[in-house]
Formats: sequence, structure tokens, C-alpha cells
Amino acid sequence: MEKLINDFSFGLFFWQALILVVLILLLRKFAWKPILDSLNNREEGIKNALLSAENARKEMQNLQADNEKLLNEARAQRDAMLKEAREIKEKVVSDAAAEAQAKADKIVANAQVIIENEKNAAMVDLKNQVATLSIEIAEKVIREQLSTTEKQHKLVEDMLADVTLK
Amino acid sequence: MKKDNIVKILLAVFIVLFSVNNYAQEYGVEHVDNEDTAVHEVPGKIDTKEEVTEYIDHHLQDSHYFNFFSDGATGDHYGFPLPVILWDNGLKVFSASKFHHGESLVSLDGATYKLYHNKIYKTNSEGTITYGEDGFPTNARPLDFSITKNVLAMLVVSLLMFIMFKSLASAYKNKDIPTGFGRVLEPLVIYVRDDIAKPNIGPKYRKYMGFLLTVFFFILILNLFGLTPLGINVTGNIAVTFCLALITFIIVQFSGNKHYWKHIFWMPGVPIPMKIVLMPIEVLGMITKPFALMIRLFANMTAGHVVVMSLLGLIVVFQNWIAGPAFFGFTLFISVIELLVAFLQAYIFTLLSALYIGMAVEEHDHHPKDHSEDIPVI
Repeated sequence: MEKLINDFSFGLFFWQALILVVLILLLRKFAWKPILDSLNNREEGIKNALLSAENARKEMQNLQADNEKLLNEARAQRDAMLKEAREIKEKVVSDAAAEAQAKADKIVANAQVIIENEKNAAMVDLKNQVATLSIEIAEKVIREQLSTTEKQHKLVEDMLADVTLK
Repeated sequence: MKKDNIVKILLAVFIVLFSVNNYAQEYGVEHVDNEDTAVHEVPGKIDTKEEVTEYIDHHLQDSHYFNFFSDGATGDHYGFPLPVILWDNGLKVFSASKFHHGESLVSLDGATYKLYHNKIYKTNSEGTITYGEDGFPTNARPLDFSITKNVLAMLVVSLLMFIMFKSLASAYKNKDIPTGFGRVLEPLVIYVRDDIAKPNIGPKYRKYMGFLLTVFFFILILNLFGLTPLGINVTGNIAVTFCLALITFIIVQFSGNKHYWKHIFWMPGVPIPMKIVLMPIEVLGMITKPFALMIRLFANMTAGHVVVMSLLGLIVVFQNWIAGPAFFGFTLFISVIELLVAFLQAYIFTLLSALYIGMAVEEHDHHPKDHSEDIPVI
């Protein structure tokens, strides 16, 4: 310890302090500040570049996702449209069929009505003709059967025979 | 590619060690002087344990000369003297060459100065050194503001750092990524920021980056310089580490928020008698933290130098063909470890400084209001 104290040189201490303080101040101004600033700037630059690259990547991804979405939407729309078209087609076809059926039914019904009417009219006509014919035939038959007086008497007698008194 | 690099590094280490080795044999020679006579003898070879110890002692100390090596046979020194600046009833400036490596006395304005064991003492006209009971000289010492070897090394390192980091700073003006040597410095700067400052200080780290970065590189480069054959030992000097720790201490105290001071003087969440007991302990803790910083750096660097040089000294002491390569191998091994320690100590000093600053600026908003869990982990 005595040796250390004996070896301690105040002059050296003084110079060391002076040199070190001046060196710290000089280097701080001329070296450390610009060096650290540049390092910081560089690191910031790298960080920003990485960040923007990441952003660009994300944007790209978003874009791709958007595209995909649009494509999917378009596809879905197409499918929907096709489906709709198919439905419309089917509907049109079925409607048309139903309408045609209805029309046909109606025509048939009309035809039946008309036929019925015609038939009725024909029947009436036929009946009239048959009646007329029958009357004529009956007239001729009656005229034939009652052409003589005996025949007339015979009829009356037959009729009277049928009549029974109760 | 990687293998090539390893080979290169090993080669570089080898070259450094070779030069350290040569240096150890040549440089120390001049300092071998006799404690009893206190006269600088014409140096011979370093070949005894005492001389090696003496040499290591001198190496660890600061010096008024910057010697690269000396010629033991002729006593010539190859290097240059540094200016001596004394404050002793007025400013006195002269070249250290006047001391002739301690052989001559310097008389100036009626006072006589003697360079003895790398320190300047005031003596009588004959240059007599008197010793106290503890074995240290009792002669008066003038305030020595000399530009010593360590001061010169610090100035060179400061200049180097300024040039390096200024160029790194200006490299960013043109492009985002530095080229050349900046590529080596940038990861270190980022390391200090991301692994030392941010996790320990938190969001306010930016304010302390100047101090942390400067201290980190200052210690690191001086540590590394200490491994070169230049023979400087700045971070293994107690005055230097004291100054570094003192600055940390000052910064910590000035950044302390009210929670920090409250924890020291009126510990929340403990009974009042405990508060009174804890107060001096906490105040002591305030001082022991930077004190540990100072001792840790000093002891680690000094120990490293002592070990490396002792192993080299053993080569000289044994002087045979088996010990030489064996201790050379040991030295190589320890030098590689020292390389690691150079980084480690710079890191630890900076990390602990950051930690202490972090403790001082920490916000306690997340604590429950009754502070029942507010007892800090020591």
C-alpha cells in the first residue's frame, strides 16, 4: 500500500484527467454524435424498409385475397344466374304446359258442351221426327184397323171385355 | 480463409513476442542500479533474479524518457528524453536529458533536483537521498507535471482515437456502411451501445455514450499498447485508473435521481433503526464501487505485465537451451491471455461504469406504492 501511495503521481493524474475530459468532449462532438446518429439513422432506415416491405407483402396478400374474393363472388353470381335461368326455364316450361293444359281442358270442355248441346238438339229433333213418324204410322195403322165397321165393333167389344166391374 | 487469418494472427503475435524478448534483454540494462549507493552504475547484463525484479519494477513505473532500447555494453540509450515540467515556487521546464538518466543533478534557481527511480526529488547540492523508516525516500518532491512516457502515450492514443473515429464519422456522410478500418470499429461501437449501455442504463443511455465509448476505447487501446514492445504501462498505473474511476464516480453522483439518493440516505421499506444503520453502509458502497474499478484495472494490467516479464526474465536467469524455448512458450501463452485480458478489462470497466450509472438513473415507477419490495439486491 505504501508503495502504491509512493508511486501515485499527481502530475500523471492531472494530465490523465485533462486528456480524458478533453478527449471525451472532443470525441463526443466530432465522432460519437455523428457516428451514433448515422447508426441510428441506418437502423431506422433498415427498420422502415423492412416495415414497408412487410406492408407491401400484406397489401399484396390483401390484393390477392380481394381478387380471390371477387373471383369467388363472380363465380357465385354466375352460378346463381345459371340456377335462376334454369329455374325460370323450368317455370316457363311448366307454366306453358299448365296453360296449354288449361286451354286444352277448356277447349275440350267447350267442345263437350257444344257436343252436348248438339246432341240434345239432335235428340230433340230425332224425338220430334220419331214422334211424327209414330203418329203417322199410328194413324195409318189405326186407319187400317178401323177401316170397316166390323173391325170397329170388334175393338169396342174387346175393350169392353177387358173391363171388369168391381 | 479462416485458417489463413489464424496463421496471420499467430505470426503477428510471434513477431511481437520476439521484439518484446529482445527489448527485455536490451532495455532494462540501464536501470540496474544499486539501492545502497543510489548511484547509477555502468550497467552490465541482467542475469540475476534481483536484477530482473528491479527491471520489472522500473518497467511498471512511469519514466521521463521514451527509450526503445539500450546498449548494455556501452551504456548508450536509444530513445528520446521528454520535457520535465515542475511546479516548485514557480514553473520550471527543462529537458529530461539534463538528468543523464539519473547520473547528473539538475540545479535550477537555487534548488537541486535528482532523478531517482524515475521520480524527481529535491536534494541538497550533493544529491543525498535520505530514507524514512518504511524504506522510501523522505526528500521533498516538487509537483511533477512532466510530459512523462505515460502522458505521451495517452496523448498519442488520444490523437489516434480522434483520427480513427473522426474518419469513421465522416465515412458515414457518404455512405451507410463504412469501409476499411471503420468496419472493425463499427461493430465495437455497436457492441458498446447495444450490449453495455442499453441493457444497463436503459432509455437514457444516449447521454452517457460519449463517456462509455471514450473510456472503452481509451482503456482498450492503452491495454493493447501495453502488450507491444514500446514498454508502456499506462493502464497499470494507479494514478491513471484512479482518474478513470473518479470520473465514473462523478458521473454516477451527478446523474443520480432522487430514488438513488433516497436509497442511500433513507432506505425505503425498512424500519427506522435499520435506515440509520444502512446509511453509512450505503455511503461506503458509493465509494467502494469506483474504488473496486480502480483496483481491478490497475491490478489486472500490472499483474499481466509482471507475469509476462517474469517469464521472459526466467529465460535470462536460466540461460540454457531447455528453459529458453519452454519459457518462451509460456510467455506466448500468457501473452495471448493478456490479449484477451486487454479486451476483457476494457469491457468490464465500461460495463460496470454503465451498471453504476444505470443504478443511479433507474426509474422506480414500476414499484408498488408501499415500497415493500424495494430492498435492493446487493
